[in-house]
Amino acid sequence: MLNVRERTLVEPGSTQATKTGAWRTFVPVVNQKKCIKCSLCEIYCPEGCVHQVEGEFVPDLDYCKGCGICAHECPRGAIEMVLEEK
Amino acid sequence: MQNLFTPGHRACAGCAMPTTIRLVLDAAGENTIVVSPTGCLEVTSTPYPESSWNVPWLHSLFENAASVASGVEVTLRRQCKDTNVICIGGDGSTFDIGIGSISGMFDRGHNIKYICYDNEAYMNTGVQRSGSTPFCVHTTTTPAGKESLGNPRPKKDMPAIAVAHNVPYVATASVAYPVDLRKKIKRSLEIPGPAYIQVNAPCITGWTFEAGSTIEIARLAVETGLWPLYEMVDGKLAGVKKIRALKPVEDYLKAQGRYKHLFKKSGGPDVLKAIQGIAQSNIEKYGLVD
Amino acid sequence: MMKVVEGSYAVAHAVMCCQPDVISAYPITPQTHIVENLSQLVADGELDSEFVTVDSEFSAMSALVGSCAAGARSYSSSTSQGLALMYEVLYNVSGLRMPIVMTVANRAMGAPLNIWNDQQDSVGARDCGWIQLYAENVQEAVDLTPQAYKIAEDPNILTPVMACMDGFVLTHVYEPVELLDKDAVQKFLPPFKPKYVLDPKNPMTIGAFADPSTYTEFRYLQFEAQERALKKIEDVAKEFKETFGRYYGGIIDTYQAEDAEIMIVTMGSVIGTIKDAIDEMRAEGIKVGLTKIRSYRPFPVQALRNALKDCSVIAVIEKDVSIGMEAGILNDLKSAFYNSKIRTPIIGFTAGLGGRDITIKDIRKIVEKARAAEKGIESEFEFLNLRKEII
Repeated sequence: MLNVRERTLVEPGSTQATKTGAWRTFVPVVNQKKCIKCSLCEIYCPEGCVHQVEGEFVPDLDYCKGCGICAHECPRGAIEMVLEEK
Repeated sequence: MQNLFTPGHRACAGCAMPTTIRLVLDAAGENTIVVSPTGCLEVTSTPYPESSWNVPWLHSLFENAASVASGVEVTLRRQCKDTNVICIGGDGSTFDIGIGSISGMFDRGHNIKYICYDNEAYMNTGVQRSGSTPFCVHTTTTPAGKESLGNPRPKKDMPAIAVAHNVPYVATASVAYPVDLRKKIKRSLEIPGPAYIQVNAPCITGWTFEAGSTIEIARLAVETGLWPLYEMVDGKLAGVKKIRALKPVEDYLKAQGRYKHLFKKSGGPDVLKAIQGIAQSNIEKYGLVD
Repeated sequence: MMKVVEGSYAVAHAVMCCQPDVISAYPITPQTHIVENLSQLVADGELDSEFVTVDSEFSAMSALVGSCAAGARSYSSSTSQGLALMYEVLYNVSGLRMPIVMTVANRAMGAPLNIWNDQQDSVGARDCGWIQLYAENVQEAVDLTPQAYKIAEDPNILTPVMACMDGFVLTHVYEPVELLDKDAVQKFLPPFKPKYVLDPKNPMTIGAFADPSTYTEFRYLQFEAQERALKKIEDVAKEFKETFGRYYGGIIDTYQAEDAEIMIVTMGSVIGTIKDAIDEMRAEGIKVGLTKIRSYRPFPVQALRNALKDCSVIAVIEKDVSIGMEAGILNDLKSAFYNSKIRTPIIGFTAGLGGRDITIKDIRKIVEKARAAEKGIESEFEFLNLRKEII
C-alpha cells in the first residue's frame, strides 16, 4: 500500500521492485567455455545486473534489458544476443 | 563492484549513463552523498516511490545542483564528517543553465567533485542542442535541413572554464575507459577542493547507433582525438591518455545517425574536414599521439 | 536590554540568538545590512555559523536546500528581485518540507526598478507554500525570528517561513529595541534535530519525481500542514509572551476593535501610522478600529470572520496590487467572507507602492470613504493618492 511520505523520501535501492527484464527483445546467452572471466560484461552493463555466480558471469534476467553491450564488448565473443521466445 | 546503483532504473537499454554512475560510485564508495540536477539520471533513477541510489541522494532543481551541494558540504564540514560530496549531472545542467551555480561553487572552493555525464544534448527533454553539442550535430533544435547542416557552434570547453576558476583537479574521462575513469574519480577525491570531471557518455536514443555499440562509440571518440582524455592539476596538464592507433573521424561520425547528414549533403565534406581539424588540434594541444 | 539600534542589526542579532548552522544570502537593498551584520558577527566569533557568500539569490536558497537536507538549521534573507529570482526554489523548499526561515525585507518589484518598500514581492509569492508572517515594527521583526524557527521546525509543520518586515521602513530605522538574550532563545527554541537527513549510515533519496498518481497527495500534505500551522502560530506567540513578555498577536491582532464601526484591515509597518490615526479619530468620537493580519499564509479565515462580524464597513489597505484583479489581501478577505453570513461592505485601497509614504491624513481619508461606503459602495477598489496630474 503506497503511503505517500513528506519530502518525497524514498528508500534506497528500491528500483529493484521493477523488473526491467520485461523490456527486452533479445536475451544474452553466455558460452561459459569461451569466457575468460575478464569481467568486462559486469563492468559495462548499464543495469549492473551481470554478476559472478559460482565463478560464472551470469546476467540477471529479471533486469537485463537486452541492450547487447555485453555481447558487443566481450573480447572472446562468448556472449550472443538471441531473439527471446516469450 | 559494489551495488550502490541498483537495477530496475528506467534508463534506455544501452545507455552509457548508468554504467558511468556505477563506476563513479564504485570508486567513491558508500561514504558518499550525491546531489543531482534534473535530467536523465534523476528521472530514470528516482521515479517515486522507487530509487536506484544506495547512497544518500538529493535532487532539487535543474540548475542548482552545485549550489545545493555547497550547502551540504558546509554542513558536513561543520559536523566534522569526511563524507564525499559529489554532484553528478548531465551536460545540459552543467554547461548551460547551471553554469552560474557551478561557477559560484568553484569560486568558493568547496570540497565538491562535480561529475558531468556528457551526452552532448538535452536528452531527457528530447535531444535538443546544449552548449556541449559539437559542431554540426543534428538535434531537434539544430536539425539538419534543406538550409542547415546542424549545430552551427563549437562545443563549449567546459574543462577550460573549470581550469579558469582555479579548480585544482580537472579531467576528462570516458565510459569506454573504466579503469581510467575510476582512477580519476579516486584522484579527485584525494585532492582537496573542487574538482570537475567530464565523462563522455554516448546516448543511443539521441545519437542513434547500432544496439550494443555504446562503448565502442565512446572508444572511437577517444581514438579519433575528438574526445581527448587528459588531467589538469592546478591548471597544468598532468596526464594524457595517448592514442595507440589513431583513427580518422569518419569512423566515429558515420556510425551515428546524428551525423548522417554530413555524408549525404553538399557541404558535408567541408564539415568533415573541419571536424578532422578539431581532432587534429586536440592531438597537437594535448600531445595525444607520439 | 533596550538599545537604540538599526532595525537590520536587531534582526541580525535575533538570527544570531537562533544559532543557525548555515547562512546563505546574496546582497540586495534593503536587506544588505542584515547580511552585513551577520557576516560581522561571524567574523567576530559571536556567531558560530557557516556563512556562504553565494553567487545569486537563486544559489542562496538552493544552498539551503542542501544544508537543511544535511541537518543544518538554515537562514537566508532577501527581497523583491532576489525573492523573484529564487521563485523556483521557493516551491522546491516548501515541497521538500525544508524548515528554512527567510527574512523578507519587503520591497517593490521592478519594472520600473524601485528599491523602496511595498509588499508586492512576498504577496506575489503567496502560493509558494511558505508560511508568511508580517511584522508591524522592529521589535516584532526581532521577536518573529525565533518564533519562525519554532513554527517551521515543528515535525508536524515542517514548512518554511517568510518573516516579512517592510524594507527601509523597518530595516533602516533606528529605534529602541529590546535585543533578545541568546540563552533565553536557546531555551525557547530547541535544537534542530530533523528525522531524515542525508546520512551514508541511513541512505535516503530526497527529491524523487512524482507522477500524476501521487503528486496531488504531496500537495495535500502541505495544505494540511498549513492548516495545523494556524494553531501552531498562535501557540508559539503565546509561549513567546510567557517567556519574553511581548505579544503582537497570533495569526491576527486587533486594536480598538471591540466596538468599531469602521474596521481597517492591513498588515505590516503601516499599522504604526494607523494606530496613531485611530487614536486621533477616537478622540473625536469616530468609532474606528484595526484588525491586523499577522499570518497572511495560512490565511486566518475563521479568526477574521470572528473579528469582523460586528462592524459596519471594512476598509482594506495594502501595499500590493494583483494586476488584473484588485489586490492580494482584498481578494483573500472577500473570498474568506463570501460563504459566511457576513455581508459587511468591503472596500480596498492599494497605497504605499514603491515606497510612497502613507500618512495619518491618508488613513483619515480612507476612513471617510469607508463611512460613505456604508450607504453604498461607489468604488470597490482604488489606488490611494494617485497622481492623476502626472499621467
